[in-house]
Order: sequence, then C-alpha cells, then structure tokens
Amino acid sequence: MKQRTVQLDQGSGGRATHELVKGLFVEAFRNEFLLEMNDSALVQLNGGRIAMSTDSYVVDPVIFPGGNIGSLAVHGTVNDLAMRGARPLYLTAGFILEEGLSLETLEQVVRAMGEAARESGVLIVAGDTKVVPRGKADKLFINTAGVGVVPPGIHVAGQNARPGDAVLINGTIGDHGMAVLCKREGLAFENEIRSDSAPLHDLVRQMLEVCPRIHVLRDPTRGGVATTLNEIAQQSSVGIRLLEEALPIGEDVAGACELLGLDPLYVANEGKLLACVPADEAEELLQVMRRHPLGAKSRRIGEVTVEEPGRVFLKTRIGGHRLVDMLRGEQLPRIC
Amino acid sequence: MKYLDEYRDPELARRLLSRIEEIAPGDRVIRLMEICGTHTVAIFRSGLRHLLPSTIRLISGPGCPVCVTANEDIDRAIWLAKQPGVIVTTFGDLVRVPGSTSSLNVERSNGADVRIVYATIDALQIARATPDRQVVFVGIGFETTAPTVAAAVKQAAAEGLVNFSVLPVHKLLPPAMGALLEEGNLQLNGFLCPGHVSTVIGASAYEDVVNRYGISCVVAGFEPLDLLHGIYLLVECVVKGTPQVLNQYRRAVSRDGNAAARRLMDEVFEPADSTWRGLGPIPLSGLRFRNSWRRFDAGERFSMPVIQVREDPACRCGDVLRGLMEPPQCTLFRKVCNPQNPKGPCMVSGEGTCGAYYRYHTESL
Ligand code: SF4
Repeated sequence: MKQRTVQLDQGSGGRATHELVKGLFVEAFRNEFLLEMNDSALVQLNGGRIAMSTDSYVVDPVIFPGGNIGSLAVHGTVNDLAMRGARPLYLTAGFILEEGLSLETLEQVVRAMGEAARESGVLIVAGDTKVVPRGKADKLFINTAGVGVVPPGIHVAGQNARPGDAVLINGTIGDHGMAVLCKREGLAFENEIRSDSAPLHDLVRQMLEVCPRIHVLRDPTRGGVATTLNEIAQQSSVGIRLLEEALPIGEDVAGACELLGLDPLYVANEGKLLACVPADEAEELLQVMRRHPLGAKSRRIGEVTVEEPGRVFLKTRIGGHRLVDMLRGEQLPRIC
Repeated sequence: MKYLDEYRDPELARRLLSRIEEIAPGDRVIRLMEICGTHTVAIFRSGLRHLLPSTIRLISGPGCPVCVTANEDIDRAIWLAKQPGVIVTTFGDLVRVPGSTSSLNVERSNGADVRIVYATIDALQIARATPDRQVVFVGIGFETTAPTVAAAVKQAAAEGLVNFSVLPVHKLLPPAMGALLEEGNLQLNGFLCPGHVSTVIGASAYEDVVNRYGISCVVAGFEPLDLLHGIYLLVECVVKGTPQVLNQYRRAVSRDGNAAARRLMDEVFEPADSTWRGLGPIPLSGLRFRNSWRRFDAGERFSMPVIQVREDPACRCGDVLRGLMEPPQCTLFRKVCNPQNPKGPCMVSGEGTCGAYYRYHTESL
C-alpha cells in the first residue's frame, strides 16, 4: 500500500518525521552539515564558528498556560542554538496570519515574542508577514531562524556520546505537551499544568563553564525524552539505559498522562535539556544546574552503554527491563 | 496519583516475585494467557516477563479490539469512507489498519472524511453539527465499549438524528476464550482476564470457561503489583489443581459486573456470529442491532456490495492472536513490518502483540 500523500504523523517529531527528513530533505539538500542531523548546524565564517537553526511553530491553542506561540518561537530557536553550545545572537521571524485573526491575539503574541527575545538577549533583526484567506491557515503560524557564535573549545553534538557518560536532565518531563493538551481539550486538574517553555542558553553557558567537555546537549521537544535519546543513541552508535525511578515527572503531569493513556517520555518539553557528560563530572555539573533557576530539579536519569547500540532501554521500577522506542504515530499533533 | 504508587512499590513486587518463585513447579511449564491487549502492554512496560521463573510462560491473546477486527470489516469501513457525503468516525488505531487494498488513513489522505474520535458521543456531536452529511461510527471494542455505543444510538433516536449510524463490529470475549480452548493446541493452564471488560461482564462471566474446560480465570488490574498478584493466584490454582474464577481487581470489578451497562447493550444489540481475525467465525461472539434499532445499522443504511477480501499471506497476525506464535518468529517482524509500515493490525495497534514486542522487547535484555 504505497502512501501518496503527507500524513499527520510525519510531523510528529517521531520516527515518521525522521524518515521523511532523512529520505527526502537530507537527500535533496545533501551536504555535510545537514547529514549530521543536529538541532542546529555549525558553519565556519571568517574563522569563527556560527550555529544556525530554524523552526516553525503551529501550536494550537496559540495561547496556553506558561506561554504562547510567540514566546515559544523565540525559546525554541534560542534553545536549538544553545544545544550546540552557541551563544544565541540574532533571530528572524516569519508570520503566516489567517484572515480574521483577532488583532488583540496577534498583539499579545508579538509582545510576548519581544519580551522573550529581550530576556534571552537576542535581537529579532528581520521578519516577514503574509496573510492568507480564512481557512487557508489556522490563526497564525510563526517561523523563526537564528544564529549564534560557538566559543572555541566547545564540541557539543549528537554524535559525541561515549559509553560510560551520565545522562542528565534539568527538571520534570512532559510539562509543555500536557499544558497545551489540557488547554486544548479543556481538562482541568488540581493545579494548572504550565508549559516549561524557557530559554536554556544561560544554563548551558554555566554548565559549559564548569564542564567544557560536555559531549551532547539536546532539547527533548516533539517526540519527548524517548525520541531525543533514541536520536542520540543512533547518532553516537551507543546504547542508553534509563532508570524509571529516576525520571522526574510532576504529579499533575503524571496524573494527566495516566488519564489520557499517554507516556510522559513521549510528551514534548520546551525548557528542558538532556546532557551526556563524562560520568566523573556529573555530580559537579548537577550542583551547578541545581543552583540555576531552570535546573532546580536536575537529575541523573541514566547512562550511556556499549550494549544495544542505537537503542534506548529502561530499567523499570520493579527491576525489569524494556526497550524505549521513538515516538510512533501522531500522539499529539500541533504541540509546538 | 498517590493511590497508584502503592501498586507499583518495588519492595512489594520483589516479595510477590519470590512467592511466585516458591510455588512455581520446577519440573513443568505453566502456560498462562493474558487475553487483553492492555495487559500485554502493561506486562511489557513493567519488564515483568524477564523477572518470572522460567517455568512460567506468559502468552499474549486475542484481546486487542483493533487486531481482531476482520479484514472484511476494515474493507467495509473503507467502502463507507469512499461514499460521497459520508463522514467515517472511529477510534485512533483503526484508521491505520491495512485492509485488503487500502486503509482508512490512506483514504483520508486521498480526500475521504475520516475522523478520529475519543468517544462515541463525539461522533454524535459531529452528526449534529453536519446535518447534511451521513456520519458513520465504526464501533469496535469489547463489552466495555458496546454499552457506550448503545447509549449513543439511543440518544440519536431520542434526538431524531437521521444522519447517524453505526457499523457494529463489536466482539464478546468469553466466546473467544472458549474458541481458543476448543482448538486444543495451546495447552493453556490459565487465563489472566481483563480488568476493563470485567467491570461490565463481572467476574462471574468466566465461570462457564472454568466449568467447561477446567481452567482457572483470574481477573486482574493493570499495575505491576496487580499483574504479579494475578499471576501468583493463577499459579497457585494450577499447582493446587483447583480451577476457579478469582477476582484480584476488586477495587474495580464485582462478581456481577455492571448490570445497567449490560441492560443498555441488550436493549440495542443482540449476540450474533462474528468473524475474528485469526480465529475465524465464532458463534455468538459479536453483536448486531436488534430489529427495532436496525435503522441505525450502517450496513443496512448503505447498500454495501459484497467486497472481495484479500488477506496478506505473509502476515501471521492470526497465529499471533491465537497465541501460537510470538512476533519475533514472524519473518516480516522488524525487517519489513514495523509501526510505520505495518503489515498487520497486531503491529498497528497500541495494544497489539507485535507492536508491544516491537516497542518494548529485545532478545538481549
Ligand atoms: S510482525 Fe507484522 S506481519 Fe508479522 S504477524 Fe505481526 S503484524 Fe503480521
């Protein structure tokens, strides 16, 4: 049964997206930078190293607890740059607006974007606006692209994980995806679940100061922690073992996931990073991370192994083992 | 969520495991089938299989509604989706199941209006909102979902919604358990019975199986400790040679189940012969509309032609569903068949056995 049209799960950030990107885009644009399949590309410019990245945002609803599509569009691209160890500098912003969009909403989004840019220390230096007839887009879509400079001596990339590395995360998982989903579906819990959307470059800077040898940094956005770790495992040809009992999951997120039959490991984050670091530096790094406002709940959640290259597995609470696959299907469309 | 943590306690799990080890016989294999796909997934997710003594074998059964839906029923849903003006609604995974030549998902990307709903009531809402379109709900599922479909049909009747109908593909579990045992080549020693279905049919619904086949049935919940406790009870029954129905899942399941839900189901539907993927036709193992409700049957409303069904001979879902084969034994498993490109429903469904093996199982663990 040959598929002749684009299907929703090809935008999920999981395996189907991966295959589309690899099979079509990377093939067609073929170059060494793209082949690395990292969050942003590192290019040489006038002797310095520049990180470049772009991302589009189609989240529905456009305003959600903890942020909106505007702040998200800034944080997302800032984080993609930060995950190469870059200092983010300049962003561009493209808007596709649907006829009939409330100006008040647009203002709210754009103001949040400005604020997020100021907070992240980046300038939005160019932009573009298009309006399409009603029904040809859903309210508004935003694309941002960004550049940043990578300090000398920093070599952070998805293919650098080494057996023995400790895997760290800077806090609870699944917050963004569940905040958006609960808002969209009108689900209310005891405490409102808020998106974790935040710029991570400052945390990264502090981490790299104490440990310039950090091997991998990735932000587990669409497809969640499970998908991102699978990508790292494949890029680095290593296995990754997680400890179920070490995974930080907020009580409300755990409850909401339970109710909806979702696995927090696959739910998107927008203010989290996964780090693979030499084990002997893990403790010191964790201390630095925990002192940062975006890392108070940092944890060591697993380790990089020689066994099972290309795969992620999990030691369960009761002591069993199982595989952790990439996201499959369209678990949560339009989450960012 | 606190209350669930007590069913996941590692220390209690260890204690249950050592008790199972104590009573498990060293000299013969005990074969237990978890009928329900939710159990299969819960077992894999907790990594429990590797922790059990080697003489206790867990076999996955036919308890995933998407998986047991026969090709001909998938084809009928696809035919409906291709009719002008028709909106086909159903639960998530079914849209990705390959029928003879296509899937609802493929038809959707070719322009058919196929919508995923989370409850039958959502389909009703679509019917209200689009009075100029015919809305068909493809009703899959076991005794748990059938009452909700009956309720939706009654609601549609009360509102005079003439553009809502159901393609009833519901299945009843106990007759399938009987059919599996009749086949006789599984050598089962016990059934781990599904918590959800049992909330409706009650633990007593398995008495027939116990009496006729002398095999124990334990109703169990879905948390690691529920599963371990359920397995412990089953092993104990087998070792003692006292086949019986036991209910481990008292916090949700009663002896008699939910009579109101069953009444609702009985009012609208009646048992009918039904074809299961893998198991073939099983007498009185499905549901059809009673005469007075037949006007809601999509099969009647649209004059459906007889569809030529084609099975993929390479896909071994039938054997997997009957517990005769483990997915890694299928030559297509992982190599050709994976969740992105599923050859059979057992790989599509979130509760399918092949999908569970693909996602959670690796030989080397
Ligand atoms: S692995 Fe695929 S082809 Fe083989 S039985 Fe399972 S679903 Fe069918």
